[in-house]
Amino acid sequence: MNNKIRVGWFTFTCSEDSTIIFTELLNKHYQEWFEKIEFVHARFLRKDTTSEIEPLDVAFVEGAISSESQETKLKKIREKAKTLVAIGSCAVNGSPSNQRNFFNQENFQGIKPILDKFKYKDKVLKVSDVVKVDESVPGCPMNEQIFLTLINKFLS
Amino acid sequence: MHDPGNNFDINLEEISKIEGAASLDIKVRNNKIEDLRFSISEWKRFYTQAIKNKPAVAIPQLVARICGTCSNAHLLTSIEAVEKAFNIIPSEQTMILKKLLYYGLIIRDHALHLYVFSLPDLFNKNSILDFDENNKQEHELLDDTFTVKEVGNQLSIIVGGRSVHAPYPTVGGFTKLPRVEELKNLKLKLLSIRPKIEKLIELFANTPNELKLKSHLSFVALSSKDFSFLEGKIKTCDLDDSGTTVSCQEIEENQLGHYLDKVVIPYSQARGFKFNGNLMMVGALPRINISKDNLNTKTKETVERYLKLFPSNNLFHNNLAQAIEILHAIDASVEIIDSLQSIIPEALPKIIPCQATGVGVIEAPRGTLYYKLEINSDGTIKQGDIIVPTGQNQIVMEEAIHQLVEKLLLVQTPKEKIIDEVENLIRAFDPCMSCAAHFLKVKWH
Repeated sequence: MNNKIRVGWFTFTCSEDSTIIFTELLNKHYQEWFEKIEFVHARFLRKDTTSEIEPLDVAFVEGAISSESQETKLKKIREKAKTLVAIGSCAVNGSPSNQRNFFNQENFQGIKPILDKFKYKDKVLKVSDVVKVDESVPGCPMNEQIFLTLINKFLS
Repeated sequence: MHDPGNNFDINLEEISKIEGAASLDIKVRNNKIEDLRFSISEWKRFYTQAIKNKPAVAIPQLVARICGTCSNAHLLTSIEAVEKAFNIIPSEQTMILKKLLYYGLIIRDHALHLYVFSLPDLFNKNSILDFDENNKQEHELLDDTFTVKEVGNQLSIIVGGRSVHAPYPTVGGFTKLPRVEELKNLKLKLLSIRPKIEKLIELFANTPNELKLKSHLSFVALSSKDFSFLEGKIKTCDLDDSGTTVSCQEIEENQLGHYLDKVVIPYSQARGFKFNGNLMMVGALPRINISKDNLNTKTKETVERYLKLFPSNNLFHNNLAQAIEILHAIDASVEIIDSLQSIIPEALPKIIPCQATGVGVIEAPRGTLYYKLEINSDGTIKQGDIIVPTGQNQIVMEEAIHQLVEKLLLVQTPKEKIIDEVENLIRAFDPCMSCAAHFLKVKWH
């Protein structure tokens, strides 16, 4: 149990397509990964037993940052993770979740009441705008091969 | 030890094992619900605003990004809307391939929900990760989980190029076609997962969970003769508060928008809907309730005794209905693959931009998905309306949670048990918050 690497999978603003790709990669790799990885935080796999972020060897972060609460949570994840990996296009470069950053005035006025009511950030941020990113897996959804190479590096 | 006769609060910030982020707050005072709020807490990405002024033919690949798990449902619905607007009729071969792509999605997506999200509830476990490798049944189910998902995944990859945001389907056809041999080779794998799904159906048919709404409820689904999820007419069946069917009607898919009443839920990041003023539900349960006779013949033979449970107003039967739909997707795919002799290259139609409006409706895994796209004369989007299943189910979900908690409070259920039961119920709806929070345009008062 103690030899397992402690992993967290966190999702911010996105379609969760990379989460789905991860669940599909589990089809072929679940035996090895369940044996070697302790999924400390992974909302799609288990209910958290604590509201605090636990210490992690690797934090995979999917999605862009839309709100102060997301930014605060991301900073906590960074504090607790030895390695932080940005997963998928929204985390790596902000798109397409940051499309409102580029709206013209008319489109922006259409969404402004929602931004105000729910206290959105002025601009949607990519993960590296908020914290230091150690590794990135680009793609929409994430590139499977790059992810596999990276996770094999962690597991070895 | 909590005394349920006293006051307590339940605040679930991020409900686990569902697609996307949702929260629930319940305030109980003197053993009565004083306040209950089920809200979608996903942060918006404003897709309906973002598609404005972009070329209509480019929209499908963008809106596929609304949702990871049902991306191919958004892809095919938006393609249908653009095709309807430009009077493009897909070829018979294209429709066959769309159906195969879609059955792959149904297998993969329902399997994710039933095995990974809901199955642990049946075994009183937090996670499928906690299944015991040394327990024969749990070991087998763990293996089934990933074997079944992989076959659905492969079917979508062969036909669409990828199971998430498939690159090959486009307006008027496919940019790349699968090879018949690849599909023929997959047939054995499809047949190999059949017994696993029979086992899954039996598991969900025999769960004791039950919640029958004491409310007038409209079940709504697109219904076709071959239960393809992609074609047909909208059918609705209304049940009164005792669960008796009181009326059924049929409407054209391009009229659906007129029947859906938008409801602003002030504390939620997504809008809710009613159907002609009634509580409504979409998804596998309404589909099986309305169209069970249209399931594949082989499926009907296999699950005859379970189909007798439908029409059902037990909301937990949504899980059983999904399991039956996986079997149908397997059997319908095998039937198509058996009949395929060749797949021939087809030129994509020339698209002549014009001012037009197109409506696309399909049954996404979680229920009816509606796209209405208004297109300018230069072929760009003037505006669009996208109505997703979880939005249509949001109000009935909250009402169901309310009725379940009331029922549990009557028998002095402890708070922790109430939380578990409510989470099971929410999971039975299989909500998809990524979809629900794609955008809303609401005037807040």
